[in-house]
Amino acid sequence: MFLSGVTLADRQKREFLALSLIKILGLSFLFVMGTLVIYLIYQGAGIISWDFLTQFPRDSMTAGGIWPAVVGTFGLAVGSMFVSLPLGFGAAVYLAEYARPGPLLTVIRLGVNNLAGVPSVVFGLFGLAIFVGFLGFGRSLLSGCLTLGILTLPTVTAAAEEALRQTPASFREAALALGANRWQAIRQVILPAALPGMLTGAILALGRAAGETAPVIFTASAAFTMANPESVFSEVMALPTHIFNLATNGTHIEATRPQQFGTCLVLMVLVLGLSLIAIILRARLRKGRKW
Amino acid sequence: MSPEAVLLKPKLSPTEHGARLFFLACAVVALGQMFLIMLFLFKESLGLFTSGTSLKEFFFSVNWYPTYDSPEFGSLALVVGSLTVTFFSTVLAAPIGLSLAVFLACLAGRTTREWVKPAVEMMAGIPSVVLGFVGLVVVAPLMQDILDIPTGLNVLNASVILALMAVPSIASLGEDALSAVPGEIQDASYALGATKWETIWRITVPAAMSGLSTAVILGLGRALGETLVVLMVAGGAAQIPHSIFDSVRPLTATLAAEMGETAIDSPHYHALFALGTILFLLTLAFNLLAYWLGRYWRRR
Repeated sequence: MFLSGVTLADRQKREFLALSLIKILGLSFLFVMGTLVIYLIYQGAGIISWDFLTQFPRDSMTAGGIWPAVVGTFGLAVGSMFVSLPLGFGAAVYLAEYARPGPLLTVIRLGVNNLAGVPSVVFGLFGLAIFVGFLGFGRSLLSGCLTLGILTLPTVTAAAEEALRQTPASFREAALALGANRWQAIRQVILPAALPGMLTGAILALGRAAGETAPVIFTASAAFTMANPESVFSEVMALPTHIFNLATNGTHIEATRPQQFGTCLVLMVLVLGLSLIAIILRARLRKGRKW
Repeated sequence: MSPEAVLLKPKLSPTEHGARLFFLACAVVALGQMFLIMLFLFKESLGLFTSGTSLKEFFFSVNWYPTYDSPEFGSLALVVGSLTVTFFSTVLAAPIGLSLAVFLACLAGRTTREWVKPAVEMMAGIPSVVLGFVGLVVVAPLMQDILDIPTGLNVLNASVILALMAVPSIASLGEDALSAVPGEIQDASYALGATKWETIWRITVPAAMSGLSTAVILGLGRALGETLVVLMVAGGAAQIPHSIFDSVRPLTATLAAEMGETAIDSPHYHALFALGTILFLLTLAFNLLAYWLGRYWRRR
């Protein structure tokens, strides 16, 4: 298999060059990202305080805090889960437990996979057309939650289906053999076994919903509010749109730099914290699994 | 009822029926949403072509002047802008992402992998607005100073930041594909006297080609659909770029920048939905390409 004329020394030289190049490329990327995260922490840490998190912005946003954006992001992210979790878990149970291989299953799976690749800005357009316009909810918390809910639906569905499929068939068979009907087997045996895995996917979806910007601009966002949302039909601020607005549209782009870095840090800690929880949960799940 | 009758005629309880119907309904809604999205995109796009813009003008004109007195809605410059940043970001992200994947799957020790893989997955979750912000505040001024160019908000900057976004997902998916290659065929290669690199390059990578190609295309699709990064750092000029230091206005950036200020049902509104439809179809094409390439390599 070795080419004639290539000596061992040549092969070793090539080996050294190729592996070094791979290591340099990979490690330099990790280095760049690490530097970037440290830089953001360094720049943002100075402004973080209890007041920054819990006060309304003042003096054209150059002072005060980001409280309304915190509330808005919390409401949007948690609210979207009320849409995507029931639907996504339900769809996953159907796909994993009820559906027989056939054209319907193929179509549903292709559809869900495709949706996962659709850009979030397109979901934003859809939310604008159907929730804000057609159904008349206006730019509001409700429209935002519904839009983010369908945006995260494919992620939730795929993760939940994966978790359900990983429960051993013997669980199912044992339950059915004991006289349980299908629904009883699902509710009392399969769902409890698969739930931690399904929740891992849900936490990742929560992080994604918290970090989305474009759909929120279209369907929910106010640049500035002086009050907490009164109902689901109120416009809300959100952390990602706050960063975007301050950094690009504001009248005091330079003066609000500390606020921009601070908001970036808060958002990053929130999203990365959520994915860290998901990763730890998944690792413990793999270790503690009894099958 | 006698025991025999129960056995002969198993009766499905109402809960059993109800549960089945509920789960089916969820699945149908999850799928129906896809058709609803397509329906609304097409429906809202049609308004553009009934209000005086021809298909030919929309697809082949580079003039995007939506707010002029006699507005022009040519999408070509925006499509080219999207494809340009997607291309350059993939050129940057694919080698780096795949190197990282090979490093994690074949070179790193167990402990290193256990720490670095989750870290890479977490990097994939950094919100795009944060990276866009970094591009705007850090990379752009730096680029402007070092390269002595009129603006740091250009194709190169956008491609670099998009690559930072795409690398973690390419690396993570690529690592999965490489790790799934059975150890025996690699052992066989070592037994024949091949070096580590020869084994990776001639055995492991070809065997994982299906997953690796999917990883790259999905990274590419992510760059194409990414909005905030290009909105903040691509510069926003609707033109065909002549160099990587020119500004562009990708489809997603156009949508995000203009949708907020557009009256519902105006021609501009419909034109933006038509852009959304192009974007949707392009991502659909990339998804199909990923699916098809994955199958092609699996067959070989």
